Parts: sequence; C-alpha cells; structure tokens
Amino acid sequence: MSLQLDGLSVDLTGRRIVTDISITVGDGQFVGLLGPNGSGKSTILKTIYRVHRPAAGRVLLDGADLLAMRPRDAARRVAVVAQETVSEFDFTAAEIVMIGRTPHKQAFSRDTDEDRRAVTEAMERVGCEHLAHRSFNTLSGGEKQLVQIARALAQGADHLILDEPTNHLDIRYQLGILELVVSLGATVLAALHDLSLAALFCQTVHLLADGRIATGGPPGAVITPAAIRTAYGADVLVIEHPETGTPHLIPRRIQPEAQ
Amino acid sequence: MRQDDDHAASPAFPAVLPVAVSGVRASSPDGATEAAAPPAQAKAAQAKPEPAKPEPAKSAPAKPEPVKPEPPRAAGRRRDRAPLPVVMAACAALLLVTMVAGVGLGSVGLSPAAVLHVVSEQLSGHPDNTVAGIIVWQIRLPRVLLAAVVGAALTTAGVVVQVLVRNALADPFLLGVSSGASVGATAVLLLGAFASLGVWAISVGSVLGALVAMAVVFGVSLSGRGLAPTQLILCGVVLSAMFESVTSFLIFRGNPQATQSVLFWLLGSFGLASWNQLPIPALALVAVMAYLLAQGRSLNALAMGAEPAAALGIDVQQLRRNLFFAASLLAGVSVAVSGVIGFVGLVVPHIVRLIVGSDHRRVLPVGVLFGASFMVLGDLLARTIVAPQEMPMGVITAFIGAPTLLILIRRRPYLYGATQ
Repeated sequence: MSLQLDGLSVDLTGRRIVTDISITVGDGQFVGLLGPNGSGKSTILKTIYRVHRPAAGRVLLDGADLLAMRPRDAARRVAVVAQETVSEFDFTAAEIVMIGRTPHKQAFSRDTDEDRRAVTEAMERVGCEHLAHRSFNTLSGGEKQLVQIARALAQGADHLILDEPTNHLDIRYQLGILELVVSLGATVLAALHDLSLAALFCQTVHLLADGRIATGGPPGAVITPAAIRTAYGADVLVIEHPETGTPHLIPRRIQPEAQ
Repeated sequence: MRQDDDHAASPAFPAVLPVAVSGVRASSPDGATEAAAPPAQAKAAQAKPEPAKPEPAKSAPAKPEPVKPEPPRAAGRRRDRAPLPVVMAACAALLLVTMVAGVGLGSVGLSPAAVLHVVSEQLSGHPDNTVAGIIVWQIRLPRVLLAAVVGAALTTAGVVVQVLVRNALADPFLLGVSSGASVGATAVLLLGAFASLGVWAISVGSVLGALVAMAVVFGVSLSGRGLAPTQLILCGVVLSAMFESVTSFLIFRGNPQATQSVLFWLLGSFGLASWNQLPIPALALVAVMAYLLAQGRSLNALAMGAEPAAALGIDVQQLRRNLFFAASLLAGVSVAVSGVIGFVGLVVPHIVRLIVGSDHRRVLPVGVLFGASFMVLGDLLARTIVAPQEMPMGVITAFIGAPTLLILIRRRPYLYGATQ
C-alpha cells in the first residue's frame, strides 16, 4: 500500500495552481500536507480523487497509475474525508455510511447482508454506532466527521485522503479524529491547518508555498520559524512539545506592548 | 488487503470516545425534561455549561466537555424507516382506490363494481357499448391514466432536478422546459402555427418550445465547468423569464378569445386526454425510471455533493448530463399532453421524502405511485368541485399540495437545508 504523487501539476481555468508536486506516502504512513490558505493543498488532494485533472505528472497507487483506473476501482482503494459536509437532504447516519458501499455495487443490486455488516462494523470501529438512526443533519460537526470516517471505512479502501478533517472541531474531536485515523492503520495523506497538531501525528510533512513544495521531511525539520515566515508570512515561536519533542507553535504579536 | 481485516478494534479513539458514550447515558435520566423542551431551548441549554452538575470540572479527561453535542431529543429521535414493500403496497392500494374513484365519479356516477366490470370486459376483448362502457373506456379511463402517468413523471422529474441542483426548492420546470413549451403552445393557440397537425398541434408546438429552451439552458450551463448547480439554476431562472416574456408578448398581441384558452393551457388540464396521448409519456416514464433505479446509489452520492460523489467513483459530469436529459424529457412530455401543472414536482418529492427518508432507491418508486395518486385525485377534484365547469389543474395542485406539506413539516422535524 503506497500512494505516490509524481511531478504533479494542475491548472484551473488556465492558471497553474500547483507545480511539480512529488510526494510519497509509504505503507501505513500518515503524511501531512501543510501550507497557507490558497497554497494548493486541496487542489492536490482533489486531483487524486478526480475532481481536477492534472496538467502533468502522475498519481501512483502501489506503482499503478491511479487516474487510469476505472473510477469505481480507484474508489475501492482510496477513500476521502473532506471538511464538514452539509446535505440538503435528510439522510440518517447509517444511510450516509451505506453510501460508502457505492463503488462495490452494481446497478440495481440491493443492499446485502455483507453491506449491512460492513456498515455496522465501520460504525462500531469509529464508535458512532449510537448515531446510526439519527438524522445526519442534526449531528454536531465532530459527530458528522466520525460518520464520514465510518463511511470511508465502509468503502473498504486502504488509502485515506483527508482534507482538513478537523476544521471547526473542538479540541477533543480534533485529537479524537486524528487518533482514530492513526489507529486505522491506513495509508493517509492529509491536508492540515494546525501545524502543532500535524507535528504530533504525522511522520512526514510537506510544506507548500505558492503551489510548490517548499520543504518536506520529519515535522521537526520542516516546522521552523524561518520556514513558517517564508510560507505563511507569519511570526511564530516554535518550542518543543514537552512530551513528544515535536515542534509546537506559539503565536506572537508584532507589537507585544500594544493595547 | 483491507485495513478492516488486519487491525482489530481501534485502540486509541475509544480512550477518548467513552466520553461520548457515557455522555449519552448520563443525560438520559433527565431525558424527559429535555424531550419536553422545545428543540431550540434544549439545544441552547446544552450549549451552556451545566450549572446543575456539582462535579468540580477541573480534571479534563474525567469530565466530558459540556458542549458535548447532544442535540434535542425530538430531532435526535430514532428514525425508523417503514419497510419498502409495506410502503409500496400502501401506495399501490392508494393509487388503485384513487383511480377507481377517478373513473367512477363524475356527472354520471358509477359504482366501483361497474367500473371494474367494464374494464375487465374490455381487457378480455368484449367491448362494452353501453353508455357506462363508453364513459369509462372512451372518456374517463384514458384521462385517469394520463393523469397518473403525468403525476408520476412530474414527481420523478422533481426528485431528479432537486438532486441535480442540490436544492430542495427546485422543481422540474426550473430547467426552462415549461416556459419554452409555453411559448410553443401559445404560438399554436394564438397564431395558428402547425395548424395542419390538428389536435397534435399544441403538443408539437410545446415539445419544440421545450426542446429549444432545454438546449439553450444546457448549452449556456455547460460552457462553464460542467453543469454546476448554481449555473443551472441561474440559467434556468433567467431563460425562463425571457421565454415567459415572449409568451406574455404573444398573449398581449393575441385576440382575447384565444387568450382564454392559452390561460387555461398554462394552468394545465387533462380535459383533452385520449388513448393515443398515453404511449409517449408512459414509455418515457418507464425508460427514465429504469435508468434512475439503476443509478439509485449514485443519486444518493450526488446528493452529498459533486466532490464526495467523485470520490466514490462516480462520473459526475456524465451523471449530471443524463439527469438533465431525464428530467427534461419527463417534464417535456408531461407539458405536451397536459400543459404546465405546477407544484406537483416540487411538493410531492418532499412529501415522499418525509415518509420514506431521502434514499433515492425508496423515494423514486414510492414517488411514482404517490405522485400518480396525487394527480388522479387532483384531476377528480378539478372536474367535480365546480362541475359542469372544470378547474385548471394548477389551481388544485397548489391548493391541496401546500397545506399537505405544511402539515407534514409541522408534524416532523424537517431538515431540508437546515444545518443544525
């Protein structure tokens, strides 16, 4: 199980958004994609799951060209959890998870016991089985993300793409969701906003700036005050996490005395 | 290899998650008071830290955050869906009853037994040439069947358009079909276009108008990044307004007598129903339903959004194009045989979703039966309540549909478009 981006470039409406992105996510690794708003994180992820087409480069899954596969086959290997989703329609949580079975089903085929078992197991593993019959739209942001992860599990994919999965969540769910994802043992590529959190969970991170990879490597080497000033244009202090030694960001004010 | 197999229970998250589970249990003793509180209040109360709890909130891991989202009991209640066969059987029975009533009731009343007798005689090859036989077979049955087919077609088109643009307020005529058809039909009625086609002139005129409108909406929407919902809605609304102004102009220039018939057509009617109008809408309905039932899961995925659908291995562009043509076809053939019958395509899908949930593999078949029953009942009322005159269908559908939906909305927490 591995996911590899090889010289990926993407144009949107005639403009180059990301250029020459090469990232390797090894078997069972959790790799973070960092960078300021608009630096191209989502564009890269959306190219992997076929919302955008690359202008150049390839996406390789275990060495095979992912974008050349049939969409259904690709969806059986790569599942996506994006930011909080809103549905116009009133599905229950269990129905949302069942939607994850789509790439495994033919036209007209009914839900089998196997599908129902996959849904139940996925929800139990994520710990959201008590939400099964609740209306998805009544769930909190954190609960919705749990259900989305269960949906990705029911999809049966061994690769997971996460696009800022902890946005808008409280600290308990931020930690809980990332712990859960790590515990799944999948091969994960995640766009993350919170650099300290990324440092805590990712084995490797890549810092994007203006659609290019500025630096990549272990969090301790990438997340430095200088790199963050260059990429984000923000001044921060970086200290060591007292327990893990991973970099931890402390924001600074430009004028500390200002009222 | 799936990660489901090679990892047992997730070890890490449960360390955090029991908080959620215990939170559920802890709150159940006072569940009764919560249930009594109106949802908004209950939610507000939960959003605040609970002052009642004496427990010192200093050790974070032991105590769940007070914001632990436990939505109001009323909204969070278990949603049990009735088994599909039961709902289908009930709707089929409803359709049968409304159809028998639709054929039996009118200026000459016939008992259900008499109606069934005529129909069975006809089907077994013994035409019944009594007055009752002619009323049933030549006049009322084709009319009732046409109403059923159009009701089913408009409901299906409504479901499809609502998913296509991910907007619960959409209806089948959003895509410009009806306004284009109106221009065509008005031209026929006022200017005598296609006069050589006789009774088919209006149908041909409206189909041509619908095709032109559809092509324009499709062409304009497609020029951007595929059939994006916002573009579709905007193009549909803007072009509808343009076509309607053409219709208005034609009415303005036309003679007052003909204007009356245009107005009647615009509000819809089954007054001109005949057997030979049935095959085309019926075939269109069967073909589109076969396609849609095959795509039930894809429709569910698309209801989540284009990007989640793409991530599930669905060719979203292709699906949207097919849905656009399916909805336009159904709306177009409906308009051609019965005029512009509003409200059914908007309201019946909502009623059906309230009954069976949003899973399209349930909504579509139930919608066909329910939409057909709704329209047959509507047509029955249209020709009986102000007999011997006929009420336009559009008046009836809105008049029954709106209160029905309002009652259902009040009775169940209804969540279209709500984010809380």
